[in-house]
Amino acid sequence: MRKDTTPAHELRPTTQELRIPERFIPTPTIEPGHSFSTITDHISTIVLRRKTPFGWLIGFLIALGGVTLLMFTMSVLIGKGVGIWGINHPVGWGMDIINFVWWIGIGHAGTLISAILLLLRQEWRTSINRFAEAMTLFAVASAGLYPALHTGRPWFDFWMFPYPNTMGLWPQFRSPLMWDVFAVSTYATVSLLFWYVGLIPDLATLRDRATNLWVKRVYGMFALGWRGSAKHWHRYEYAYLLLAGLSTPLVLSVHTIVSFDFAVAQIPGWHTTFFPPYFVAGAVFAGFAMVLTLAIPARKFFKLEDFITTRHLENMGKVMLATGLIVAYAYAMEWFYGLYSGNVFEIFMLKNRATGPYLKMYIALWICNGLAPQLMWFKRFRTSPFWLFLTAMFVNVGMWLERFVIIPGSLHRDFLPSSWGMYHGTKWDWSMFIGSIGLFFALLFLFVRFLPMISIFEMRTLLPEAQAHAEGEGQH
Amino acid sequence: MSDSKPLSFTEFRARVGDLRGREFWRSLEELSRSDVFDEFMTQEFPQQALALEKGVDRRNFMKLMSASVAMAGLAACRQPADAIVPYVNQPENLIPGRPLYFASAMPLGGYATGVLVESHMHRPTKIEGNPQHPSSLGASDAFMQASVLGLYDPDRSQVVRKYGDTATWGDFIGAVQPIVTAAKTNGAGLRLLTQTVTSPTLGAQIQTLLAQYPGMKWHQWEAVNRDSAREGARMAFGGYADVHYDFTKANIVVSLGSDFLASGPGHLRYARDFMSRRRVRHGKTTSMNRMYAIEAGITSTGSVADHRVPVKPSQIEGIARQILAGQASTPVLKALLEDLSANRGASVVIAGEEQPAVVHAIAHALNSQFGNIGTTVLVTDPVEVAPVNQLASLQELVRDMNAGAVKALIILGGNPVFDAPADFNFTRALDKVPFRAHHSLHYDETSLRCHWHIPDTHWLETWGDARAHDGTISIMQPLIAPLYNGRSAHEVLGALIGGLDQTPYQTVRTYWFAKGATEQTWRKWLHDGVVEGTTLPTRAAAAAAPPATQHPGNPATGIEIELRPDPTIYDGRFANNGWLQELPKPNTKITWDNVLLVSPKTSVTIGYDPDQREANVNERRTRYATVTYRGVKMNLPVWVVPGHAENVATIFFGYGRRNAGKVGTGTGFNTYPLRFSNALHGGPGAEIRIDETIEKPYLVACTQEHQSIDPKDVGERGLVRASTFEAYQKNPNFAKEPHHGSDTAGHENESMYPPWKYSDKQAWSMVIDNSVCIGCNGCVMACQSENNIAIVGKEQVVRERELHWLRIDRYYRGDVDNPEVFHEPVPCMQCELAPCEPVCPVEATSHSEDGLNDMTYNRCIGTRYCSNNCPYKVRRFNFFHYADYDTPALKPMRNPDVTVRTRGVMEKCTYCVQRINLAKIDAEKENRKVRDGEITTACQQACPTQAIVFGDMNDKTSEVAQLKAEPTNFTLLEELQTRPRTTYLATIRNPHPSLVKHA
Repeated sequence: MRKDTTPAHELRPTTQELRIPERFIPTPTIEPGHSFSTITDHISTIVLRRKTPFGWLIGFLIALGGVTLLMFTMSVLIGKGVGIWGINHPVGWGMDIINFVWWIGIGHAGTLISAILLLLRQEWRTSINRFAEAMTLFAVASAGLYPALHTGRPWFDFWMFPYPNTMGLWPQFRSPLMWDVFAVSTYATVSLLFWYVGLIPDLATLRDRATNLWVKRVYGMFALGWRGSAKHWHRYEYAYLLLAGLSTPLVLSVHTIVSFDFAVAQIPGWHTTFFPPYFVAGAVFAGFAMVLTLAIPARKFFKLEDFITTRHLENMGKVMLATGLIVAYAYAMEWFYGLYSGNVFEIFMLKNRATGPYLKMYIALWICNGLAPQLMWFKRFRTSPFWLFLTAMFVNVGMWLERFVIIPGSLHRDFLPSSWGMYHGTKWDWSMFIGSIGLFFALLFLFVRFLPMISIFEMRTLLPEAQAHAEGEGQH
Repeated sequence: MSDSKPLSFTEFRARVGDLRGREFWRSLEELSRSDVFDEFMTQEFPQQALALEKGVDRRNFMKLMSASVAMAGLAACRQPADAIVPYVNQPENLIPGRPLYFASAMPLGGYATGVLVESHMHRPTKIEGNPQHPSSLGASDAFMQASVLGLYDPDRSQVVRKYGDTATWGDFIGAVQPIVTAAKTNGAGLRLLTQTVTSPTLGAQIQTLLAQYPGMKWHQWEAVNRDSAREGARMAFGGYADVHYDFTKANIVVSLGSDFLASGPGHLRYARDFMSRRRVRHGKTTSMNRMYAIEAGITSTGSVADHRVPVKPSQIEGIARQILAGQASTPVLKALLEDLSANRGASVVIAGEEQPAVVHAIAHALNSQFGNIGTTVLVTDPVEVAPVNQLASLQELVRDMNAGAVKALIILGGNPVFDAPADFNFTRALDKVPFRAHHSLHYDETSLRCHWHIPDTHWLETWGDARAHDGTISIMQPLIAPLYNGRSAHEVLGALIGGLDQTPYQTVRTYWFAKGATEQTWRKWLHDGVVEGTTLPTRAAAAAAPPATQHPGNPATGIEIELRPDPTIYDGRFANNGWLQELPKPNTKITWDNVLLVSPKTSVTIGYDPDQREANVNERRTRYATVTYRGVKMNLPVWVVPGHAENVATIFFGYGRRNAGKVGTGTGFNTYPLRFSNALHGGPGAEIRIDETIEKPYLVACTQEHQSIDPKDVGERGLVRASTFEAYQKNPNFAKEPHHGSDTAGHENESMYPPWKYSDKQAWSMVIDNSVCIGCNGCVMACQSENNIAIVGKEQVVRERELHWLRIDRYYRGDVDNPEVFHEPVPCMQCELAPCEPVCPVEATSHSEDGLNDMTYNRCIGTRYCSNNCPYKVRRFNFFHYADYDTPALKPMRNPDVTVRTRGVMEKCTYCVQRINLAKIDAEKENRKVRDGEITTACQQACPTQAIVFGDMNDKTSEVAQLKAEPTNFTLLEELQTRPRTTYLATIRNPHPSLVKHA
């Protein structure tokens, strides 16, 4: 093993007589001074060290408190009925579906980073993909709670699955909710596989490095006998590529189908053909905001600045800006379509957004999702963890507000004024939401403690030695 | 029985001792099986266990009701007590699963309305109007429909009480005998207080009693009484007379504050007759009647008037006098006078019950002047047994009680402690009577102040008789044995008279056989529900000129108060009826409460900021106002009604009961303290201000908000379509013209796919004639009763979760100070391309072969997507377990043909599919199609104005198909291409040509 501390970018041929202006030299995806072993050491130590950091313990306990709240809310919910929430006539869906769509949106970044960026050979993704994938899984888990529990009789949820039964009853395949069931469950399955397959080489590393026998065994069991042979690597690369290919359409399909829940219905404010691209863009937007929200404190806490560099943060800021612009465009187009339709109900829906009782929500939505991401035009903000974190928080809130404006905001005043009403979340709506956030963070805390949050072997490929090796050997 | 004491063993024994003869063994058997008895046997401290029920809140009242002894008796079948083995020979006509119908009559305010009661295995489950009865003609109102719940009400009084403790009927007879015996020797001191009595049998019993005890006096009092009408008739005709009206012959109707379409004796008949002249059919209708309504708050009657003049109630007398004098100060009055003169003998002037007697006298004088008496206005002898001025009668009683002249008072029905005029101090006077007995359905406020309480029988439990508004007599027959060991008024009077211990059956039968009935006629009367030939003959009469004004002009200052009985809980007697509590009041759509109704302008006058008001209404809440009136001060929540007269506050009384039962106690505000004997219906001089000291808003369970709606937005939607008769004749197709919301007029059926043909099936459909709907709620309540619809409680209504399958939408048009009001009943549209169906993931809602949009409750998992996607928002969701599965008393009440829904399940109007299927089974047996008119939906059956028509639209000769061919037929939101089976006929009004504003 060669010891070389020269940074990768300085080794590139571009440093010779043809002088490239400095601004075109990309900032590194890994800070200088690392070797194969330092990377492995650094990341695996976080998992394998014996002493659990005190900060982690505190954070985990707080998250567990959230899980407890979730369990309590779920008990009350199943015991009493969905009436504990603020839903009513005409607003049949409230924070249950808002939170579902919010979580599912957040869950988009993982697959996008892992699959699409992999296929596009965006190497910078390497240091954040594991983290983002884990986040995706946990967000999907939190999201999945809502459709399962929002039904009036959750114990009959299995009727939504096509299983053979004596009554000869089948689900109703025309319903977007049915499509949701398949879309979300497929997404969850593929994301889990993708994440797990990607973990196998690292689990083997942990197995090899672990000193405690039981830890060794547990990691060994999950490492599925990985020995790092060329055959293993060959199969691994194929499997990973195939899964990436599989999940790429899922990035588009899941939120497209979630948007069908609304677009297929005929409520003004829901019934628009541009919902699928609008929702997908919104999901990527939300996902990257959440990755930033989590990565910025994590890299600080676990001293991972060398691996999650300013370049990563900046790239994510750029993605956020791009998708944020798409989302803002969609908000603007909503007005155009509504007014251009000449339809009295569509026009009223817009008027109600602009002057109705939820006006404050709508203004806040524009500030969070329309204005705040504009900071990302400036490199100074794009490279500042503080400003990035702040913007990401705005986007997190904004995306929740977007779903609020779409769901109760459209339902509460539809066709017949005699049925109009108002929607307010109750304490149980909020406790369920806070609980699901607790669940998300509890899982995330467990993940950073027990699994390498950055892909060790992929990070190693970013090193110049790996580059040289690759160039020497030719394309894989 | 909110004040019920825990049972003790001695009470238990006493209760068993109270049971009659042959019931005894059966009841003991039941007792031993009941939960309570088990508790007695197994628990050491049963009383404490029973005391738990006191902590039950209202919303959960039904769920948490614990079983009681009498209820356990009820859970068993109520068939003849000796039938303890299965039938060997099936009783004639009794087919399990098929209901039987029995004729009876429901008395309210003394006056009877004929009913047919649906009985499933001897359990009355549903009330229908009796088509042969002159006050009903087959229609029914909300009170009639809701009386089924009133019958099974678990809070009804169940036992005779002495000083609040359990006693027996025998104890009461023992206690009352010395009193009446003493009265016989002393002569005076014995008093009887009843409500309005039209029953000949009861009247005869009272007369017998009066003859026995010459010193005894009989008083009558009802909070909602007809004193004004009585005294007005006396002024006009020189003696008590009853006046009723024939609206079929009236071209012009002038209402002086009268709500004759929705309240008072004969209102169902009046609504039918009045609206029979407003049913506009293409090519057939050549004229319409016209109504002028002069009133303060919008009543059902005023809401359908062609011209409504909002004025202070005290101004009506002046206006009436102007009309009488032939003066017209405004264009409306000018038109009115013109119309009255042009329609001599074909108009009606009718004064409201809340107007003073002199206004009634003026109305009679007007009718006399325009030649209406004998044609449209029919004068008969009094329908009541002994008409009296009830206020004077009660005043006399109070005076005598205060003077100590009353030694014993028997109160038959009513609740005077709660509803007597405030200045009478009835309670204080009552406490001076040494012997007080109260006979009533509930252990109420008056019962609490009396030594003795005897549970009454519900009208569905007892024999009796009563007269209709035109005097026609009906024999009331019981549908079920008394559920709670009640005693009818006949029995109580029998006990006072002494001698024979007659059953009510014997009493009524003996009376009529003495009057010449034979077994044959008796059976016919029972079968028909009316005693033929008992309609009172109309007599020729000329009304005298009304006396000079009794009101010294209108004081200009302050706000005038108008007191009216509550439209749904009446004088408070129906406070414990959850169906009526949750029934949205006509026009305001408020449930569970009474509020202070004012106009938008007056609300600003009293200091209610309009912006704040709008925000509040959005959230279904409002602010309190302090009402200071004649030294009484009270806080009432303010509610704004467009079209309400300026500087008038309308207040409903009947709420604020303290001993109504689990449902009614504590709802609303007791406004009887504002009712004074010299101003029973309110008066001027009230001081009303928003109470700035109370920041906390008051939640109002209103099912339809209105203030926030920009009328323009609604108008463009084409939800109600209206025209005048004159314009209609020129352009009958006005309802089909495109409106702003619709760009698809004439393209409703355009689709890429050929429409589904229901050609070999019968395509059920409905047409609702908006023109004739008065928004009376009869249909809503009939639907609730027929379809086992649960109530949800005030808190849940505030959260917009009411379950009514049928609602009456109310729209305003025009000037906020005097808008036109439109009613539009909205059941499920039964869309052929129903938006709810494709979105259900489990196919719980699907299309039937005859085109109905069916709901499969047991398949529903409750995603609520169908409700979200329903543009008409007619689907209703069980957010909680609203239906009461536990209270035994309520189990026999339900329609066995309709599923009782569980929590988490969506429900909606089914077009009464159980009735459709029953008719289909009959038709199939006879190998034919269902005939037109064979199926009536519950709402259709109840509707007094026959606004709802149901049938097969494939049969071009059916009524429904013909109505759908009318040019005024329109579809709600037709641009959505849902192709509803329910369509509407546009509203057509008939304003005076000179008053039509030409746009």
